[in-house]
Amino acid sequence: MSRLLTMTDVWIEGRADEVWNPIINGINLHLDKGEVLGLIGESGAGKSTMGLAAMGFCRDGVRISKGAVDFDGIDLLKASAGRKRALLGKRIAYVAQSAAASFNPAHRIIDQHTEGPVQHSVMSRSESERDAMELYAKLRLPHPEEIGFRYPHQVSGGQLQRAMTAMAMSCRPDLIIFDEPTTALDVTTQIEVLASIRDIVTQFGTAAIYITHDLAVVAQMADRIKVLLRGDEVETAETRTMLSHPKEDYTKSLWAVRDFVRPAKPAVHTSATPVVSVQGVTAAYGKVDVLHEVSFDIHAGRTVAVVGESGSGKSTAARCITGLLPPRAGVIEFDGVVLPADYRKRNKAQLRQAQMIYQMADTALNPRKTIGEIIGRPVQFYMGLRGREKRRRVEELLDQIELPAGQYFERLPSELSGGQKQRIGIARALAAEPKFIICDEVTSALDQLVAEGILKLLARLQDELHLSYMFITHDLATVRSIADEVVVMKDGQVVEQGPKAEMFTPPHHPYTDLLLSSVPEMDPDWLDTLLAERGIDNIGDAAINKID
Amino acid sequence: MSPVLKIILQRLGLGLVTLFVVSILIFAAVNMLPGDFAQAILGQGATPEAVAAIRRDLGLDQPPVTRYFLWLAGALQGDLGNSFAQANFASFVGADSGGSAASVAKQIAPRFWNTMFLAGVTAVIAVPFAVILGILAALYRNSAFDKFANIFTLTSISSPEFFLAYVLILFLAVLNPWLPSLSNIYIGMGFGERLEKTLLPALTLTLVVTAHMMRMTRAAIINLLASPYIEMARLKGMSPMRVIVRHALPNALAPIINVVALNLAYLITGVVVVEVVFVYPGIGQLFVDSVKIRDIPVVQACCLIFAAAYILLNLTADIMSILSNPRLRHPK
Repeated sequence: MSRLLTMTDVWIEGRADEVWNPIINGINLHLDKGEVLGLIGESGAGKSTMGLAAMGFCRDGVRISKGAVDFDGIDLLKASAGRKRALLGKRIAYVAQSAAASFNPAHRIIDQHTEGPVQHSVMSRSESERDAMELYAKLRLPHPEEIGFRYPHQVSGGQLQRAMTAMAMSCRPDLIIFDEPTTALDVTTQIEVLASIRDIVTQFGTAAIYITHDLAVVAQMADRIKVLLRGDEVETAETRTMLSHPKEDYTKSLWAVRDFVRPAKPAVHTSATPVVSVQGVTAAYGKVDVLHEVSFDIHAGRTVAVVGESGSGKSTAARCITGLLPPRAGVIEFDGVVLPADYRKRNKAQLRQAQMIYQMADTALNPRKTIGEIIGRPVQFYMGLRGREKRRRVEELLDQIELPAGQYFERLPSELSGGQKQRIGIARALAAEPKFIICDEVTSALDQLVAEGILKLLARLQDELHLSYMFITHDLATVRSIADEVVVMKDGQVVEQGPKAEMFTPPHHPYTDLLLSSVPEMDPDWLDTLLAERGIDNIGDAAINKID
Repeated sequence: MSPVLKIILQRLGLGLVTLFVVSILIFAAVNMLPGDFAQAILGQGATPEAVAAIRRDLGLDQPPVTRYFLWLAGALQGDLGNSFAQANFASFVGADSGGSAASVAKQIAPRFWNTMFLAGVTAVIAVPFAVILGILAALYRNSAFDKFANIFTLTSISSPEFFLAYVLILFLAVLNPWLPSLSNIYIGMGFGERLEKTLLPALTLTLVVTAHMMRMTRAAIINLLASPYIEMARLKGMSPMRVIVRHALPNALAPIINVVALNLAYLITGVVVVEVVFVYPGIGQLFVDSVKIRDIPVVQACCLIFAAAYILLNLTADIMSILSNPRLRHPK
């Protein structure tokens, strides 16, 4: 096979506070025609920057300080802007992480699809339109004849991601950069998109750089994997070799992340009063019911994982428990006492007992308050502590979340990493000394290693403080590691619930089965096996069911 | 009912409510002016009897609430009352003047159309000029052109209007006698001649309103340039001009439309100085003159027209912003 892309000794820098900091430190990368290279690493490893550099593109405030990028004999770093524009979209295409944000909201999907071929004079508008419909059909999008004529907001996330892949294919490029294309999707949707992407890349013999932080995903997609860590290359190998014989310790640690599993706890006494009892709750946004008679119990010192795809009603259930959304029917009991439906009617003691930790620690912390103030606020509000006592309590809390108080008390959230911010979120919840904490996708925005740290911290706190958790997640690996009981939700209904051990052993409810089997596994043959089991047509059907 | 239509009807209703509240404010404010028409017209030597007679005749002796509702009822039927100043004083002695020459509507109408004509000509020049300048400034941001455009528009908005007017007169009427410096237009004038006479005041006003619109266009576009879909357009190899005009501009329309509306409203209500400089017979001059002699019906009518112009233009801007959002035009 002939060489398509060669990146030699590439150094990239990013500008922050008037200083250029290194992002990529002298990485070499090459790609043959039709080959798929997986680029893997935690956030901040420089994967996306590297992917964009392969297109000769830098974001604002980023520059390639040294090195060469050779695409099929053209030096992309020396080529004129016009020369590069003639390549971009036509011979090198890009598929972004969030299709919802990367499609222009002002234009129909097909208009954006045909823009490339028409502007690059590859096809006429009508040819490109017809071609788009064929690509939509190949990518198993429902209603390929008409889906393009919708606006991006009228199409689901998984479908948009496929439409974006179709758009990248519109000029039949030699190379596509996939930048975390399935990270924002549910497991069940992810499979559909993965299968579609792989099919079409194989079919047209397109070379690809597939960027992701999910090892199991890259194992399905890539011929070769390159592991990055803070701008340095850790190792590169063929996918199967890498999976069976990782050389470097860092690679091995990435592989080991999913091994954290808490020991099972003894079963709950049937007579015990649950801390939180959700009984027959039906809730609606406007006139549309989004929860239908949902019931589950959460016992003292235990973790109930609520799983399901986005839109299944997990977070709505949490809003009902906290009183943000008073249910239309049904009650929430706390320690056997019915809580007022509306949080405004609950007293301070009732409010204190149920705390929340959010998915995006970034937006859940006030950027203008110091850590001391953020944690100090609930300490003062709920516990009535002031002055030196308050400070001592905040320091104690910082201690509990394993951040040295002396170092962090005066810092602002912007001076913390993602994992540290999430720890502050935990400390703030603990400040109220609650019995019960709702964790809403608290690890979804974090890298695997960091997420594991948070899960271990939550587990330790549970043991020490006898806390109960309602753990909302769509990630079944997290469920496996931390849950005692599992509640599976779909379309606002509980489809199955029970102890974790039961949930992970067959027979399952068909939907649980679908969820479980959709979680990617490290085995490079997993996707093929699964598709063969399910039959490819089923995936197409599933997509069609979704749209109707 | 489609959601867009519902929103439009809602806004329309709100606009009417606003106009009603504004009418109360106008009436209250005008009545708080010191002195009244009777005193103003009769001068310092007026006898109390004469003042009282005129007041009685004009209905000024009625309590304010009664006068407000009489005025409102009239205005709702399209009757804005009679101008005090133009009233035929023959009617005071019992003879019916028989004419409606004194009606406020008749007095305001030609002035109003003149103002609309001036505003229209200015808008046709200024809006495209400002938006194109803003697009170019965004395209060549931080370049010499961008800086020059910013300095030029900021200088012109920072200078007093009469100064701009005299500078333009100097260059376009005196040194190079291309345009007339007096804009004494009258009814029955041909369109061409009218346009020629309106051009200088329109250019002056263009200089006044361009900066705001141009800078908003530039800022709204640049604001969007960090969006993922703009990056996507660049990565598709689209030219910088196309990225801005096709990908950024449609999403930046809402703030631009709002600023345009605000400036158009200014053109209708705030151009007294320019009218005076060019002796342009617009509604602004009439308004100021009427305040001077306490011709309350004319003042109130002018205020009402100004308020209605503001409300109507903002309403239009709201509706156009809504229409520029595909999420509302094409619900799920």
